[in-house]
Amino acid sequence: MTQVETYSTLDEAARAVGQGADYLAGGTVVMREVNAGRAAARLVRTVDPALRTITARGDTITLGAGVTLAQVLADPQLDFLHPVARVIGGPQVRNMGTVGGNLFAAHPYGDFAVALLALGARIQMAGSGGVRPVEDVLRDRAHPSGLVAGIEVPRPRPGSFGFSKVSRVKPKGVSILSIAVLAPHEGGPMRGVRVAYGAMGPGPLRSAAVERVLEGQRLDAATRERAAAVAAEGLQPPTDALASDWYRKEVAGVHLRRLLERMEHA
Amino acid sequence: MAKIPVTLTHNGTERAAFADPGQNLLEFLRRGLGDLSPKYGCGQGTCGACTVTIDGETHLSCLVLAETAAGRDVRTAAGLAKGATLDPLQDAFMEHFAAQCGYCTPGMLVSARALLDRNPNPSREEVVEAISGNLCRCTGYEPIIQAILSVAGRRASA
Repeated sequence: MTQVETYSTLDEAARAVGQGADYLAGGTVVMREVNAGRAAARLVRTVDPALRTITARGDTITLGAGVTLAQVLADPQLDFLHPVARVIGGPQVRNMGTVGGNLFAAHPYGDFAVALLALGARIQMAGSGGVRPVEDVLRDRAHPSGLVAGIEVPRPRPGSFGFSKVSRVKPKGVSILSIAVLAPHEGGPMRGVRVAYGAMGPGPLRSAAVERVLEGQRLDAATRERAAAVAAEGLQPPTDALASDWYRKEVAGVHLRRLLERMEHA
Repeated sequence: MAKIPVTLTHNGTERAAFADPGQNLLEFLRRGLGDLSPKYGCGQGTCGACTVTIDGETHLSCLVLAETAAGRDVRTAAGLAKGATLDPLQDAFMEHFAAQCGYCTPGMLVSARALLDRNPNPSREEVVEAISGNLCRCTGYEPIIQAILSVAGRRASA
């Protein structure tokens, strides 16, 4: 039987979760475990209203960890994240699921985290946990150290960010794979390229091979072909009910090429 | 283990019952309050048969911890009819044969009602999107989409 502890502030919850309990946010992941009788004996949650706020300062937008995907979709200043949030879950899941929770959603979920990874988001930890690159939090997500308070998202320049999710069931289906590309270019060569995949490994990951091909180049047909050719290089995608590892590797380049083509013409 | 007293507004009426630790809102509504309209389908947030609104937003009640709904406004398909007068959506579902086995119907109705409450004249695409979190294995969806659109059209022309 699962005991749930509710705290009024995030810092109190963070202290409690450090003592061997799991954290309950929007419920779309953890409540499945509760229903199956597999959840931790203790769950910690907080009703801290600060977790539901969205604040913008300069070109950085900070999402409270408890901001739902529906809140993202309702906020015009987050327009670059709308194509991401729109393809996650159905309406009910988007009303419940949080951006903080998505960082910890196991394969094949976690498409929002893929976008955050490409965007170079930074994760504000609760208490004295400081600010960490999203890579660090994703790498350690099986054994998280502390609670996420907020997510700092740098706003990409118009046309420099693209996202694609490939699924069998539309409009609601889980990922065969997802791709997020940040390719700042100012009309010239791309600089600071970040390419992230979902469902191409145990969790969201960056493609060093594709980033190497794109960096310093113009986004033209030849570059797209070279990027597609190395799309699955060094990756070991999972095999599941949706697709085999072979299939994911075969189609990754096709979908990457299509995404880059869309971005070129955006 | 200690039971948890939960008071919430259920279809406009304040109700109280005890929840078990870890009990989800679906079980609380069905066993605690005796509202059998939300259905248990998958228990994983996939099928949408348990859809209710909380403070006007659709939620999967099987993935909501009952105690977290305390003090909130919960509405289910059982609250759609006013006495003997059905919600126009319920009439439309009958007219368009939008229910076959009927298991998805309460969730479909709640999702459709939530859509029309915030967007009285949705496009077909918006209707499809609004019910995309509700699975139906009988109808092929088309009669459901037509039923919802017929209510939207009726309102637009009224």
